[in-house]
Amino acid sequence: MSIELDCYRSMLRIRRFEETVLDEFKRGVFSGTTHTSMGQEANAVGVISQLNADDVIVTNHRCHGHYLAYGGDMRALFAEMMGRSTGVCGGRGGSQHIHWRNLYSNGVQGGIAPIAVGMALAEKRKGNSTMVVVFIGDGTFGQGVLYEAFNMASLWSAPVLFVVEHNGIAQTTPTSQALAGSIPARFAAFDIESVELDTSDVIPISTAASNLIASVRDCRRPAALILNTARLGPHSKGDDTRSVETLQALREQRDPISILGNRLEPGDADAITGEVVTEVKLAFEQALADPYPQTPMEAAQ
Amino acid sequence: MTTVLEALNCALLAAMDADENVILLGEDILDPYGGAFKVTRGCSEAHPDRVILTPISEAGLAGIASGMALRGLRPVLEIMFGDFTTLLADQIINHMTKFRWMYNDSVDLPLVIRTPMGGRRGYGPTHSQSLEKLYLGVPGLTVLAPVSLAILPAGRDGPGPLLQQAILGTNSPVLFIENKLQYLQTVSGLSDLSEFDVRVEFSADDTAKLYPIYRLTIKGAPEPKITLAAYGAMADLTREAVIRLAYEKEIFSELVLPTRLAPFRLEGILDSVGHTGALLTVEEGTRTLGWGAEVLARVSEIPGIGLKRSARIAAQDLPVPASPVLEASVLPQVDTIIEQVQKMV
Repeated sequence: MSIELDCYRSMLRIRRFEETVLDEFKRGVFSGTTHTSMGQEANAVGVISQLNADDVIVTNHRCHGHYLAYGGDMRALFAEMMGRSTGVCGGRGGSQHIHWRNLYSNGVQGGIAPIAVGMALAEKRKGNSTMVVVFIGDGTFGQGVLYEAFNMASLWSAPVLFVVEHNGIAQTTPTSQALAGSIPARFAAFDIESVELDTSDVIPISTAASNLIASVRDCRRPAALILNTARLGPHSKGDDTRSVETLQALREQRDPISILGNRLEPGDADAITGEVVTEVKLAFEQALADPYPQTPMEAAQ
Repeated sequence: MTTVLEALNCALLAAMDADENVILLGEDILDPYGGAFKVTRGCSEAHPDRVILTPISEAGLAGIASGMALRGLRPVLEIMFGDFTTLLADQIINHMTKFRWMYNDSVDLPLVIRTPMGGRRGYGPTHSQSLEKLYLGVPGLTVLAPVSLAILPAGRDGPGPLLQQAILGTNSPVLFIENKLQYLQTVSGLSDLSEFDVRVEFSADDTAKLYPIYRLTIKGAPEPKITLAAYGAMADLTREAVIRLAYEKEIFSELVLPTRLAPFRLEGILDSVGHTGALLTVEEGTRTLGWGAEVLARVSEIPGIGLKRSARIAAQDLPVPASPVLEASVLPQVDTIIEQVQKMV
């Protein structure tokens, strides 16, 4: 039961963080852009909770959930997105370019995949048991470099787990209008074992991730976890072209927080909710009071 | 007599001997083939576990090398032809050169990409280009181009030391621009340069003195009337032009040869122009928006520099033709330099 409570707390922290981000964007607290992962929290928590401390996480533009599930400081991510000096990267990176401990994110589709493979090969060469997890989406499959990464990961037996968060929509483009063939067949073509789930329940995701992570770690071979999931929010801040009915149905059927919350004792869920709301509010207020970086920034001439 | 090719080959072997984190990746680089231009010859025999033969996947390879570098290795990536660097542009511009800076200087990424540019071998439009200008001005990327000179004592400079230092001594990405014709060029020491007075200088920001700027003037000649600036393989052609201008036309010039093209610095060139008042840049890439354009723009921005005459020599803004006759008409030649200098002094 405590695992379920931990997962619930971890997912709710991500949800509340991102709800705050979208709300406060409207008030001008944040600048630039952001990509929230509401609805996909079970993927972040389910996979990352199964990693060892030394393992490496490579993630993408939709990375807040991965960072928070990994244990990244909430205030520092708020501050990063507010452009403050206390941000994860001192305000240089913003929402989608963060690095903390062994987590690395970048905002360009596809390019992170070979980087993750290279990291895995480096760790393998060191002779330790560290492995790499890289999060990609269904939209990433449009990038050719991804297939170069699959090929070399398999060819050179890189200990890397490709986690596909298949939310069915790339920005506004449905997968059916962008992807021919199947995702499992793509991995099969490169002799990479894959497991496909169609759930937003964090518990089976954790179990599948645990098994695959053990396999990658022990066999020093790549594997793939394909998570059919649902993006409950917009791609970015307000650019959702799906119908109200579609979104409503997704929220009713595919919200990982409701799915797990319905199994918890009401008192437990309420207590966690109260704590998380307080934590997020405090982190937000602290970040808001943090200083901006020193300017002007100058390149050497 | 060592060629540039031999010097680079020795540097690779020495770097691998010096640091077990140095790993070579590239297409067709295993012995006995040793790479399309043989720069990696002997490396896989000496270190079989550290030379990785790769598929034809330049973008993926650049990513893999970046990942290795982020996790503590010192990868050296060979891109068979400089023309193919366009395939890894996203990895260079949006990934490897961004990480250190956008992660607030919290990571190192020691990675050298070696590649030969240049024409004059009849390889045609997609195997003859000098594309380095596309990568000048990418923040976070060091671009180096060796010249076929080794002047300082104790083997401190030259194509080999420049490469070895890039591999072992830097913690951010380096694009190392080689040249197909330059591979066959002999590396000249002071004793081979009896016609010249040679000075070796370093930019003010290059406190470790890694990236020499060579300044050559004709020995015993009057004050030079014009500054010629060039890099890479064009250093050899321009040096020949300087000699012929002196001996055939009695026109005396100073040749300034930087080995670091980015980050961009003007030392050496500026000092020389301050004396000559005239500047001709020479490069093999296409003329428009190139290295020479930036050099001239920056020099002209300096108040009181006294630049009276300036010009660029570069390839015509055309693809490089395969026919030797056409290729020679598109790429700058020694005579092109001589004719231009005669117009300027």
